[in-house]
Amino acid sequence: MFGLYNSILYNKEIAMKKSNPMSEAALEGEKIWQENNCTACHQIYGLGGYLGPDLTNIISNPKKGKKYAKGMFNSGIKSMPKFNFSKQEKEHLAEFLEHIDKTGHYPDKHAKIDKLGWVTLNYK
Amino acid sequence: MKITHSLIFVILGLCTLIIGAFAGILLSLVYMNPAFFKELIPFNQLRPLHTTSVVSWIILTATGGIYYYLTKVEKIKLYSSFLSKTHLYLFFLTGLGIYYSFLSGKMGGREYLEFFPLLTLPILIGWALFGFNYFASLLKKIYDWPVYFWMWGTGIVFMIYHLSEAHFWIFNSIREDFIKDLTIQWKSYGSFVGSWNLLVYGTAIYIMSKIKNNIDLAKGKKVFFFFFLGLANLMFGWAHHTYLVPSLPWIRYVAYGISMTEWIVLINIIYCWSKSLTLENKKENSLTYKFLISSEFWVFLNLILALLISIPSINYYTHGTHITVAHSMGTTIGINSMILFASVSFILRNIEEKTSLVRKKYILFGYYLLNISLFIFWITLIVSGILKAVLTSEILNKNFQSIEASLNTSFIVFFFSGLFLFLGILVIALPMIDSLSYYCFSKKKKEPV
Repeated sequence: MFGLYNSILYNKEIAMKKSNPMSEAALEGEKIWQENNCTACHQIYGLGGYLGPDLTNIISNPKKGKKYAKGMFNSGIKSMPKFNFSKQEKEHLAEFLEHIDKTGHYPDKHAKIDKLGWVTLNYK
Repeated sequence: MKITHSLIFVILGLCTLIIGAFAGILLSLVYMNPAFFKELIPFNQLRPLHTTSVVSWIILTATGGIYYYLTKVEKIKLYSSFLSKTHLYLFFLTGLGIYYSFLSGKMGGREYLEFFPLLTLPILIGWALFGFNYFASLLKKIYDWPVYFWMWGTGIVFMIYHLSEAHFWIFNSIREDFIKDLTIQWKSYGSFVGSWNLLVYGTAIYIMSKIKNNIDLAKGKKVFFFFFLGLANLMFGWAHHTYLVPSLPWIRYVAYGISMTEWIVLINIIYCWSKSLTLENKKENSLTYKFLISSEFWVFLNLILALLISIPSINYYTHGTHITVAHSMGTTIGINSMILFASVSFILRNIEEKTSLVRKKYILFGYYLLNISLFIFWITLIVSGILKAVLTSEILNKNFQSIEASLNTSFIVFFFSGLFLFLGILVIALPMIDSLSYYCFSKKKKEPV
């Protein structure tokens, strides 16, 4: 049963809405994200550290957006480590965040909570 | 295997606990002053140093305890002493590599396994050696296994599986699909914690049955029922971490149903045991007993919290807040660490003819300091989490900066309660390291003071 369960998770579509695979640039961005351990401070879908804001929807946020995000990557605020990302690295990181943004909402302010305690999410 | 090798695992575990707790203090300073230590060691390097050290404490101390109990208390001859020694050296050298990875900033892994990913390979080999040695030593030699032997064995097997699973992101088919990747990553973490819980809870049941001098405690139908319930949680109950990730609802339905049962497992066992323990047993093993009783207290608190945050409508508000940290700190320090301190006390009681009164006094002082400061820390985390949930809600809809500003008082309490928590750990761990080191490295017999 455990094998079947895992096999479904590993091999079948498990996202609510099928999205395009990550582009090469986004994959590069994810690599930079991991090498610099951005998760130590930032969250994606509420998972990660607490020192910085959640970045799931930073790109589609009308007050922030891609340009704002790229501007913040190299030590945007005092608590951030002194990064020295090249223009291309910043582009890759932004691509990664843009890909994440397209997968869903967080926090999902319009999720429906029913009487039995279940939460129905909105999908992009 | 020489007894000293098993004790070296425990000594290393206690050392990583001190390092992890100290890094935790530095982290809380960064929350009060975000630019603090930025030049020396930035937050993105300091946080993994803290988390990995604490995880290492749990794993190393549980492992050392298992080796010790098998060889010294159960008098089982290991299949290969060479394999267990290799296991120790592999973990020690990899540990040095991991610290180098963090301090030099050469990382590349995912959260909680942030070190350079290739370092996972020797860790996996170490677990495989441990597993092979464990089963080869016990199979066909010990029949009618008590539940703790099953818990340790399955814990090792699942640890290997889920540590590997946590690295499935190296495959393009997983990595290119972000939701699948994130889901599998957190599935592996949930089950990874479940795996070390099997090692730690198995240790708790082992010590209980030894103190009570009654192996039936670890052989009844009820205890096996709870073991399988725990195993089901390990395999299927992880998804409360990803309730808000847009994956298919059935994954969350399964987890919601199963996770409601998890914490009943240990509390029932400890509760039944503590009720029937005689006064004489309690006095003889007072330190071990005290640590186990405090783990029972933390199980009660975390049981309530875990049940609440596993309900999706509550999880919706608490996810991504400090309440999640309260849950992880309550379980790693409150439950796991108390059981492991009980294990070390039990080992010390076993290797020494008489208990050192001075050491006992220090450890008792540390015990109260640790529990009181952890309780203040835990409550502050919950209050901060509720505050963050309210401020983030649609009604107030505050931005990140104003939420952080509202939490300033909490950050001060985090620092001071964290500082006392660290001192409590130090007062407990240092005398333990001292006694174990003396036993391992000194030829003279130590006179109890």
